[in-house]
Amino acid sequence: MPILEGQGVTKYFGGLAAVSDIDFHVDQGEIVGLIGPNGAGKTTLFGLISAAHVPKPGVIKFKGENITGLKPHQICRQGLARTFQSVKIFPNMPVISNVALGVHFGNSGQVTSSQAAEKAAKLLEFVGLLEMAATPAKDLTLVNQKLVEVARALATNPEVLLLDEIMAGLNSTEIALAMELVSKIRSQGITIFMIEHVMKAIMSVCDRIMVLHHGKKIAEGTPQEIATSKKVIEVYLGE
Amino acid sequence: MNKLPSISNNFQVRGIVLLIGLIILFTLPFYTPIYTSIFLSAIFMYIVLTSSWAMFSGPTGQISLATAAFFGVGIYIAATLGNKMPLPVLVLIGGLGSAGLALLVGSLTLRLKGVYFTIFTFGLLELMKFLLLWFEITFTGTRGRFVVVVDYKTVYFIMLVILVLTLLTSYLIRRSKYGLALQGIGEQEEAAEHIGINVTLLKVATFGISAFFMGATGAVMATRWTYVDPYIAFNMNYSFTPVLMAIFGGLGQFFGPILGAIIFAYLEEILITQFPYYYMLLFGIVMVVSVLYLPNGLAGLVQKWRSREAGGEHAHS
Repeated sequence: MPILEGQGVTKYFGGLAAVSDIDFHVDQGEIVGLIGPNGAGKTTLFGLISAAHVPKPGVIKFKGENITGLKPHQICRQGLARTFQSVKIFPNMPVISNVALGVHFGNSGQVTSSQAAEKAAKLLEFVGLLEMAATPAKDLTLVNQKLVEVARALATNPEVLLLDEIMAGLNSTEIALAMELVSKIRSQGITIFMIEHVMKAIMSVCDRIMVLHHGKKIAEGTPQEIATSKKVIEVYLGE
Repeated sequence: MNKLPSISNNFQVRGIVLLIGLIILFTLPFYTPIYTSIFLSAIFMYIVLTSSWAMFSGPTGQISLATAAFFGVGIYIAATLGNKMPLPVLVLIGGLGSAGLALLVGSLTLRLKGVYFTIFTFGLLELMKFLLLWFEITFTGTRGRFVVVVDYKTVYFIMLVILVLTLLTSYLIRRSKYGLALQGIGEQEEAAEHIGINVTLLKVATFGISAFFMGATGAVMATRWTYVDPYIAFNMNYSFTPVLMAIFGGLGQFFGPILGAIIFAYLEEILITQFPYYYMLLFGIVMVVSVLYLPNGLAGLVQKWRSREAGGEHAHS
């Protein structure tokens, strides 16, 4: 049974279908990639899963239960966390408080503030930001701010993690590190659904890839299949 | 190695200072002139209004101008039920009435952002004022009410108790995970929602708690006036003054609003008695200067001095 599943998921903004009748599923332990040209509806789909938007019509199921219509904080507390394409950290808070908030209010149950700080420190070590724990988050580079977001999302103790373009704007060394990080997260038993434009990264790290175009799913398969799919190549390179 | 004892020493010193301060405040009316108690009651009132305003608006950055509405509800409850109940019960009802109103309007309107929220809260004040006016004229046939007068010592002591409770609540919220969450909501509301914070509930609850103290204060202070009508009870000055006091004192820190309220209230008293004709003008000048040159308020200034003394490496922040 898939851990995350969508049926006929649709979202209109005004008259425009940003996401149109998409069926998808993510199995436990998988890394699934979501690609597509700009404006294809990828981030909107993530917004629908994380309840920033409500699909109309359409159903989203998490661990077999219908979660459509729940509030974002309820989704998070059930074990579904996300990061944002445009970084949304708490700028004036120290990095460690950014992460500790995730521990306090996520899916970890009641913790004391020292337990929260301890877990936050562990997560910062995990993403490689422990030395910057006391720095206000706004003073970090964009790359590190994205890592803060990843640590904060992990702090909510998710079973499924939605990563929205964590590699955008990274150089090749940083991309290699980010890929390693994604694998490390998966090896902790967390299922990953990720949007990415960096093809090299997504092809090597994902088990399966979905392609969106104009709000519709146009292809799905292993990286191999996607790389050789005529339809996908047409969408990306033109006919 | 010596760090721990010195920290606990520091803690003890602070505790003793706090205790002595409280003892002085609680015994003050017995050996000082009446004027001192009355003046201090007014200062306590301003500290409560400012601190409870800052409880919600400080971390979330959502500027509420409903303080006078909640204060006024307390006043009117005291005016209406004053001859039927003892003052402490009245204060409790005043607080609960205001909190109830805050929970109601909060759950309806806290999704409003920025200036829209501010204007709505100001509208609430006007709405309450004219609703009451209409009610009094239509149903009770009066325009104002006489308030049962209570002696100044009782007012002083109840105000002091409310003050202590307000500051304690404000301090505890600030130190708790909810304080951090409120700050998170102020800095990046969308992210706060997505890491499991029930933004609506937390905002509405905090708004309600802050209104409780405003209403309770209104119920006590109403007894200082012999007569109230909706224009007196819902005076917009009580919405604006706490905002100015909090900004003047510094919103970022626990002591900011307290400091702001004390100095501001004192300044007001002096200016009004010494320069009754230029009072507003001087007041305005002080305000403009403090906004221009003290962006983090008095508390920010104090912190700057402290960190300079502590070695200077944080002097820039």
